[in-house]
Amino acid sequence: MTEHISVRNLSKRFGENADAIAALQDINLEIAAGEFVCLLGPSGCGKSTLLNLIAGFIAPSAGSVRVDGHEVTAPGPDRGMVFQEYALFPWMTVEQNIGFGLVVKGLPRADISARVAQLLQLLKLTEFRARFPKDLSGGMRQRVAIARVLALDSPILLMDEPFGALDALTRRTLQDELLRLWSERRRTVVFVTHSIEEAIYLADRVVVMTYRPGTIKRDQHVALARPRDPAASDFNALKRELAALVSTEQERHMQSEQRGVTVD
Amino acid sequence: MRAWQRVSGFALPLLLLILWQALASAGVVQPMVLPSPLAVAERWWAALLPAQTYDPAQGSYLTWLFSGELPHDAAASLTRVLLGFLAGAIPALPLGLIMGASAGAYALFNPLIQILRPIPPIAFIPLAILWFGLGNPPAVFLIALGAFFPILMNTIAGVRSVDAIYLRAAQNLGAGRSTIFLRVMLPAAMPYILAGMRIGIGTAFIVVIVSEMIAVNNGLGYRILEAREFMWSDKIIAGMITIGLLGLSIDVGMNRLNTHLLRWHRSVEK
Repeated sequence: MTEHISVRNLSKRFGENADAIAALQDINLEIAAGEFVCLLGPSGCGKSTLLNLIAGFIAPSAGSVRVDGHEVTAPGPDRGMVFQEYALFPWMTVEQNIGFGLVVKGLPRADISARVAQLLQLLKLTEFRARFPKDLSGGMRQRVAIARVLALDSPILLMDEPFGALDALTRRTLQDELLRLWSERRRTVVFVTHSIEEAIYLADRVVVMTYRPGTIKRDQHVALARPRDPAASDFNALKRELAALVSTEQERHMQSEQRGVTVD
Repeated sequence: MRAWQRVSGFALPLLLLILWQALASAGVVQPMVLPSPLAVAERWWAALLPAQTYDPAQGSYLTWLFSGELPHDAAASLTRVLLGFLAGAIPALPLGLIMGASAGAYALFNPLIQILRPIPPIAFIPLAILWFGLGNPPAVFLIALGAFFPILMNTIAGVRSVDAIYLRAAQNLGAGRSTIFLRVMLPAAMPYILAGMRIGIGTAFIVVIVSEMIAVNNGLGYRILEAREFMWSDKIIAGMITIGLLGLSIDVGMNRLNTHLLRWHRSVEK
């Protein structure tokens, strides 16, 4: 497999001089095309920062992110992002939200509506197409956000704790839908989560990150066959192993909070 | 809202009206100081009706129906409000969008605007007459001035309050600067802009009455001042009530527009 996303010696500092916080320090990560990678760690470990760097929303302090050999300097539709807070445009209907990226591309109207109709069906949103986001549940909003990004047909899907705000049942349904879409389309997925179970359930690889400065603590290959069963013993063995890693980082996070270090 | 709550809102004005009529009928106050509500209503009705009897040779029935003094004055005032409001809103909107979006534009324009903004439009009356003479132009200028600043300030605040995540999402979906401006910033700022327009049209209404008292010879403001010359208190009050009704109907219209344009907004219930 070819290297698709290549993160080299990447560091990101926020703030100036003595007050500066090292969010990420010397990160090296290679992600192959079609891989499903989860970034796992406690809050403040820089996993969302890493995702934002790949998306091109922020610029690195040192090092680089390359996609297919090209350095990332700005956000773009080749790296579709699904945000935790959905970020749907509230003044657009479900249909208009999903079609936005296609309208921007300047596709003919007929093509847009055909593509949107297809996505509405794929994500079971057809009957809600004329609604505004305020009239949708959290799970449905996130479905629209996923459809909006799928419309771009981007080779890379970036997901920033997309299911973090959802209830457990909706969460599992959307995880399964995401896996179904992924196995059909084989896009590269970089998925940020603080849930160990979610990471093991979804990913080919789980990248465990340390708390401040954010570094990679473990790059764990998940060999379990899909569909995975969270109640199975090998699933739980891996879960225990990763939980031990994450909890040391969580403790460091708690200690620094007690010392009064601000947390994002 | 319960039925009695709905009624109670109308009961208070009605009670005041009865009290007012009682005071007038009892002869406690002179009619010139405070005419009775009935006299006011009579005067209002008389001004509303056409002065001549209907003559098909003179024009259509509708023209005749609205040929009374009151419809003419109301139409004149409304036209000025509309023209002035447009003359104020048309430059305020793009300027507000640019000032809200660009720190450079804000730094360039803001000091000038902060100096001009606290000057009430009324203070421009002498200059407006010098610059534009008498008649409609100075009135429209003053109204435009009154509508300009609230729309401008609210548009700036609206653009600045746009959540950065919408901009990120739009960039991520491949939108360029102009698309983000028109399809993200403008609609996201719309609740603020519409609130500014509502304030702006209210100011326009205040200014139209004052400017009609000075620069022109028709309109509701002019009619009130004219009635004062003759000590026609009933006519003054009839004019005031007309202003109130017009203002109310404009506000109701704006409110409808608001509800329609912001039907996506959380606070608007179906």
